[in-house]
Amino acid sequence: MHEFGITESIVSIVLSKAKEARAHRITEVSLVVGELSDFVPDCIQFYFDFLSKDSIAEGATLHFELAPAQLRCRNCSVTFHPQDTLWACPKCQSQGVEIAGGRELYVKSMEVE
Amino acid sequence: MKKIEVVQNILEANDAIAAQNQQLLNENEIFAINIMSAPGAGKTSLILQTVAKLKNKLRIGVIEGDVASTLDSEKVRNEVVDVVQITTRNMSESCTLIANMVGHALKRLPLGDIDLLLIENVGNLICPSEFALGEHKRVVISSLPEGDDKPIKYPVIFADADAVVINKLDFLPYVEFDINSFQIALKGLNPRIEIFQVSCKTGAGIEDWRAWLLKELEANKHKSQAKK
Repeated sequence: MHEFGITESIVSIVLSKAKEARAHRITEVSLVVGELSDFVPDCIQFYFDFLSKDSIAEGATLHFELAPAQLRCRNCSVTFHPQDTLWACPKCQSQGVEIAGGRELYVKSMEVE
Repeated sequence: MKKIEVVQNILEANDAIAAQNQQLLNENEIFAINIMSAPGAGKTSLILQTVAKLKNKLRIGVIEGDVASTLDSEKVRNEVVDVVQITTRNMSESCTLIANMVGHALKRLPLGDIDLLLIENVGNLICPSEFALGEHKRVVISSLPEGDDKPIKYPVIFADADAVVINKLDFLPYVEFDINSFQIALKGLNPRIEIFQVSCKTGAGIEDWRAWLLKELEANKHKSQAKK
């Protein structure tokens, strides 16, 4: 659903970086997607193939690195990965937690020729 | 073959437009809120209640986001002069408003005359949480028939919210909804969150919501004037 617009941004970022580097072809793109961000890698790949047609990014392989969800307990400061849907601290059971990681969404690097 | 380090946030383009929108709002001393909820929780009803309580005091603009139809904007148009409809069905994002859509909508509003801008997002508890629009405050509505587990199921949107409006309080005798555990879950995600309990149907609790809006609007006005 909202992956189309996101993928437009990805294509625009990689094309502009490739131009800066005077590359002729983009072969690989590495993306970091947080576990808590609501973006579906398969969906991004599908739109990427469509949106990059007839550009130097056509045929590029996308690599997705999943950044895990990280929560920090506000009570005892323990950082943990949530095991289930209830976000409670495994050490002190507090429900007071803040999101410390897992919302990333960025282009990390790319391979060009 | 050459490797290029990029490290560029993909939402940067949206965030940049959201920042421009906010700057435009501040220049015009407009306080804007982004109203988000599941479909049917009462976004339009809260807007109508807010307008009824404040239209003699403030000039209010409304941006209505919907996947299809102009039903909501028609309801609001009877009460408010300045309504802009955004229909997202044929746009690149259909499930949420994004900053660019709001930027275009702002061009169609008499910004110099407006004090309060109510932005009704598309009914959805997932996608809108990713996209800043330029708003000053984010408000999520949760209604009693949806159940009290929504902050646990959709934590991100609640963690980012400034205020949560619990709507349809008049359903309390008929549904299982533990207001206390709902509030504990919310405060756990976000200790600074403001919580209001209202019924848009009966008008119960709307006074507290109205008072908070006015307080935040004044605070924002002082902030924008200080920047000038």
